[in-house]
Amino acid sequence: MSKSNHKESFLAPIWRSNPLIVSMLGLCPALAVTKTLEAAFGMGILFTIVLVCSNVLISAIRKIIPEEVKTPAYIVVIATFVTLVKMFAEAFLPELYSTLGVFVSLLVVNCIVLGRAEAFASKNGVLDSLLDGIGNGIGYTLAICMIGLIREVLGSGMLTFGATFTFLADANNGEKIRLFLLKGPRYDFSMSFFSSPAGGFLVLGIMTAIIAAVTNYKENKKKVDARIAAKKEKETAAAASASKEVAQ
Amino acid sequence: MNYLAAFVMAIISYALIDNVVLSRFYGICSFIGVGNKVKSSLCMGAAVSFVIIMAAAICYPLYNYLLVPAGVPFLDTIAAILVIACLVMIVGLVMKKFLPGLYQSLGIYLPLITTNCAVLGVVSENIASKLDFGMAMANAVGTSAGFTLVIFLYACIRVRLEAANTPKAFKGVPIALVTASLMAMAFMGLQGIGV
Repeated sequence: MSKSNHKESFLAPIWRSNPLIVSMLGLCPALAVTKTLEAAFGMGILFTIVLVCSNVLISAIRKIIPEEVKTPAYIVVIATFVTLVKMFAEAFLPELYSTLGVFVSLLVVNCIVLGRAEAFASKNGVLDSLLDGIGNGIGYTLAICMIGLIREVLGSGMLTFGATFTFLADANNGEKIRLFLLKGPRYDFSMSFFSSPAGGFLVLGIMTAIIAAVTNYKENKKKVDARIAAKKEKETAAAASASKEVAQ
Repeated sequence: MNYLAAFVMAIISYALIDNVVLSRFYGICSFIGVGNKVKSSLCMGAAVSFVIIMAAAICYPLYNYLLVPAGVPFLDTIAAILVIACLVMIVGLVMKKFLPGLYQSLGIYLPLITTNCAVLGVVSENIASKLDFGMAMANAVGTSAGFTLVIFLYACIRVRLEAANTPKAFKGVPIALVTASLMAMAFMGLQGIGV
């Protein structure tokens, strides 16, 4: 594969074919753990680790897996890495582990991980699968952090750091770091609706609508530009033929 | 008698108050994906219910009487996903043999049940919150009833949405998510039921 392909498999999933907001995959954790920015970020990190490891291993053993038992074999590989990540999180980030709850185990059935294994890692080399895994991981993390940011700021009126990643609070003398944005001593614009499940659906719905609107606008603009260019070309051609006639 | 009452209340609570899709966020992919076909939504609900109940019934003894005594409780996720994958395969084979008509109509949805988070979600939840067998089954029955109810209602709403004049940017998935948000708001009202 050429160098531009490596770049493509890394960059495309970050925005243009983002697994969450374009392909609408992996919705369950994107709604369940995005009440706070920190939990969303933690989920993104765990997700990226699982995706990268499973992509690399599956791509490395893709030639020795028989065609008939492909999917079960992938699921076992993914489940193994999820178990490892689960134990890692339980040992080193217990707060994060208890916040995410069963959604760490549910990484096994995340459509993106299995989807990338089936669609990409089973057909491409190790390096490309690694880049694809990192790209998809970053794309997904950015998307769920965006949802988490919107929901936390609107829902609680402030950003809290240190509740899930306790080492941040430890670094700050055991105090959680709070950024008051929509809330102050005299005013409170927070809407707890956005912390509720219904708010999660609404935020994601409006985000996808905005992205669809932008895509529509770009496509329309391209069409209009093409039409204007065609018209101009015609005019210049007509002018050229007219001047030719005059010359004759 | 007391236990029976608790069992029934737990089913209601899991089905309506902590609804699987709208408040616990399991199985959203299939919820959004199954779309606007009322009949296939019911078939999907039935198949998922069967797999959830069977998986919960098998994984409970598997975890408590095999993995825990053997000292490997951390293998729960791998064991559960293998049980689920086998169950889905068996359901497919049995249906193909005895109910070919239903198998045809469910066709593409069947293998997808393996990756429906509702199934693994219920099993992991049972293990994580250390429920006893009766409550684990109540969770499974309640969750599957809630799932079937919600995807049926959702399919009915989406049939009407097809005809509605939605803004161009909201067509398709965005309006579906907004609908889900409104449904979740309606189900939030049920949280007042004291159980």
